[in-house]
Amino acid sequence: MNESEKSIYYLRGIPVPETPAPGKDPAPWKKTEVVGTRLPRVDAYERVSGTALYPSDIHLPRMLHAAVLRCPHPHAVVRSVDTAVAEGMPGVRAVISGATPDADFEWPYSKEIKAKIFDHTCRFEGEEVAAVAAETAYQAWDAVQAIRVEYEILPFIADELKSLDPSSPLLHAGGNTAKTDRYSRGDVERGFAEADVVLTETYRTECEIHTPTELHGCVAKWDGTRLTIWESTQGVFAVQARIAEILGLPLSKVRVIGHYMGGGFGSKLQPGKYTVIAAVLAKKTGRPVRLFLTREETFLAVGNRPPATMRLKAGVKKDGTLTALEFSCTATGGAYPAGGTSLVDWLVRDLYLCPNVKTEMKDVYINAGPARPFRAPGHPQGAWALEQMMDALAEKIGMDPLDLRVKNIPTHSQGREGNPPYTGTGLKECLIEGAKAFGWEESRKRNHGSKESGHIRRGVGMASCLWFAGGGNPPSTAVVKVFSDGSVNLNMGASDIGTGTKTIMTMIVSEELGVKPGMVQVEHADTGTTQYATPSGGSKTVPTEGPAVRAAALSVKQQLLSFAAADLKTDDTSLTLRGDEVVSTKDPLVKVKIRDITGLKKRGVIVGVGYRGPNPEGRVVNPFAAQFCEVEVNTKTGEVRIIRFLGCHDSGRVMNRLTYDNHVFGGIVMGIGLAMTEARILDRNQTGKMVNRNWHDYKIPTSLDVPAEMTSLPIEKPDDTANTIGAKGLGEPVTIPTAAAIANAVCNALGVRVTGTPITPLRLCLALEKGGMEGSQ
Amino acid sequence: MEEESMSRDDDVHQCACGKKLTRRQFLTSAGAGALAVAASGHLGKRDEASAAVIKSGEGYQIRLLINGKLYHLLVEPRWSLLHVLREELGFTGTKEGCSRGECGTCTVLIDNIPMYSCMTLAVEAEGREITTLEGLMKGEELGPVQQAFVEHDALQCGYCTPGQIMAVEGLLRKEPHPSMEQIRQGVSGNLCRCGAYTRIFEAAKRAADLKRGGAV
Repeated sequence: MNESEKSIYYLRGIPVPETPAPGKDPAPWKKTEVVGTRLPRVDAYERVSGTALYPSDIHLPRMLHAAVLRCPHPHAVVRSVDTAVAEGMPGVRAVISGATPDADFEWPYSKEIKAKIFDHTCRFEGEEVAAVAAETAYQAWDAVQAIRVEYEILPFIADELKSLDPSSPLLHAGGNTAKTDRYSRGDVERGFAEADVVLTETYRTECEIHTPTELHGCVAKWDGTRLTIWESTQGVFAVQARIAEILGLPLSKVRVIGHYMGGGFGSKLQPGKYTVIAAVLAKKTGRPVRLFLTREETFLAVGNRPPATMRLKAGVKKDGTLTALEFSCTATGGAYPAGGTSLVDWLVRDLYLCPNVKTEMKDVYINAGPARPFRAPGHPQGAWALEQMMDALAEKIGMDPLDLRVKNIPTHSQGREGNPPYTGTGLKECLIEGAKAFGWEESRKRNHGSKESGHIRRGVGMASCLWFAGGGNPPSTAVVKVFSDGSVNLNMGASDIGTGTKTIMTMIVSEELGVKPGMVQVEHADTGTTQYATPSGGSKTVPTEGPAVRAAALSVKQQLLSFAAADLKTDDTSLTLRGDEVVSTKDPLVKVKIRDITGLKKRGVIVGVGYRGPNPEGRVVNPFAAQFCEVEVNTKTGEVRIIRFLGCHDSGRVMNRLTYDNHVFGGIVMGIGLAMTEARILDRNQTGKMVNRNWHDYKIPTSLDVPAEMTSLPIEKPDDTANTIGAKGLGEPVTIPTAAAIANAVCNALGVRVTGTPITPLRLCLALEKGGMEGSQ
Repeated sequence: MEEESMSRDDDVHQCACGKKLTRRQFLTSAGAGALAVAASGHLGKRDEASAAVIKSGEGYQIRLLINGKLYHLLVEPRWSLLHVLREELGFTGTKEGCSRGECGTCTVLIDNIPMYSCMTLAVEAEGREITTLEGLMKGEELGPVQQAFVEHDALQCGYCTPGQIMAVEGLLRKEPHPSMEQIRQGVSGNLCRCGAYTRIFEAAKRAADLKRGGAV
């Protein structure tokens, strides 16, 4: 892993150990029997029967329930907190605030900027001011409402485009600029001079809130000096490291368990202040404490995809050669350093061949909740700008937008230092095969005629992408045990965040050992009993953990074959595993049942350890994709109906086609949310507060918003140079190009371009009026 | 039907408001279970309760029919059915997503109709037939809707799944042959942030077949 990749968002702030060298890599799979099939999830029974215990289901004896009092103002200083009344209320067992010595812990946002758990200064609406533990959640909330706080209300800034105005209040002593990033290659001025067409446009994507269905939170329990936390998280080791650091505990005293979790999308890569608060309350009361946020709190305080205002200037020659891209972006990670502009320019830098590129990004502070990584940080925003610009350029030079993209496919990662090659790119296949399956050309022709067809217009659009990460990395360690009856236990630290990780890892074990998937038990996501893993994020869990699991399976396989060779009085190189037997490849009659192998019987269990090797030196492993869609627009009402979507993805080997397609559809649904409905609305002028902090007013896609026709077409190119399972990540690319594809389809239908999300009926009607079309009347 | 709990009707006292109210009788009865743990902290204190105000921690006796079993419970009048199911009785198959009637994660059947248990007070559910996810199981065997969700991978993180399953179950009890439009409408009150809707539609179709005796 090089230095820049160590700082990637899902590893930020946590130690990443090295694992030992993995030994000799096994040969790539030529043919697979289990991997690549459609296997229902190995934990589906638990999830549909209700036996799966999510952290929010954990109910311990004598457990208390906690609730947090949050600052109602976007910017204020806490003058005093009076908890006397609350402390005397029924059921209340502890009340803590900034004045409680036992609760005086630091919460690090960056190396330079730290806050207290209950900070004196509240820089966003929803900052923690006090917390209560009581016998029931109802009683905890009663008490929260009885806490009296005196605030000194400060002026706020809720509009990031005005954050740097001299009149805006400062959030931090160093000013309101969190970070400025600049990048340049070639000479954009020369590039624009060489272009036949130069276009400039400003684009904007609104702030999205993750809102996973399971609320953020945990259960904390002390056994003397040892702390156990059941947390809804994407990474138990990340939670362990951060909490041990904050509380000043040895790692061995903090055990974090996260067997199931109800969605995170990046917002649960790290613990929250809630984790510390639960631990403090549990310590103070001597009882286990459960603290899960309310839905409203999750809109304010546990992350978002930052809004981005992007300006893109692009030059192209008549033959479709891109000559220059100049990109600037202003975004905000909220009130603290939180990656407001993280990777927003990456697609401009890397997706298409272009010798002259310049980008500048400014991340500024405003009085709003800090961002957290949100599924493919920066990429859907960048795609919204770049992919609409590609369509606009294509139209100007009279080229099919598909052809313009095909013409500019790079084989090297131009955005990285030294222009390293990709291990492989399936972008061309994604575009061409996807277009074929979608019926791109016919659909464009058919819809062209629809312009005379009254107020219902049809259009098609497409967009493509790559994802910055998705190749996986060391470290990863997996342990596979074979029991005396031949059944298997797989031990790994990674979380299954709903992506089917456990199922895919089981398939790898099954592939190598011939054991049926149902005979494999997975033990995972527990810092006390499983191996270290980085959080499940960055679309890297399968390519990170898979090779380690395969290596562990091969290790036990080799041990089994050696034991069997002794029984069969033959050489182990002539033996192989078949079903529940070890068989000679030379003479099928020479065989022994696994459960009858003497060595295994004696030992009772055989243990194999596998490590993840490094990625190929000097090469970049990225997934690629193209998505296509068709929309129907009502020019009288401004309503958009998405009729069909096709996702064509190159994520290397397809590990499980059943979960793969599900993932593609799910990413598209989330992208529909970005394009059509989702936007955090801050009352910028009067109160600075978020006005749509619930699912009624902040709309995420429902069953009625999903296209009737959804297609997933994998471009299956096992990437055997990338890692020993040939797979690349999928979870993030599936949502990157979606919103831009919809915007392009709407433009194709109407000839009017909507440059800001969400494409609401009002916004569309206004755009239509401006474009001289019908619009609202 | 099985009587799961304890207090005999003649133990129940009438309080001034005309409702059946009980404290000590309830606690001294056998098997008060989880609800006693939650409520007992204050029962001993004997708050100065007036007839007009029921204070936090004060009990109110109801009987709930859940998955065919009758439960005698002491609840606070403000407690939601969701709270009673999850926190007092341990039916954690019913999940909490918003507690304000937005997401459908807490959906249960009440008299065969999918309802948000977060928006239903426990006291309102008295005398009605409540079915939770656990009630669709035959022992440890999955019901047809659950089975269809497994086969079609109609879930990702799985947290909204119990609510989706209950919505489909309710739909199929009312309409055994649903059209695609009816299915979409039938689960439109249930949010899935992972976006597994396409698969949920397929599973609903399959579940309809299974319920009609289609091949498993």
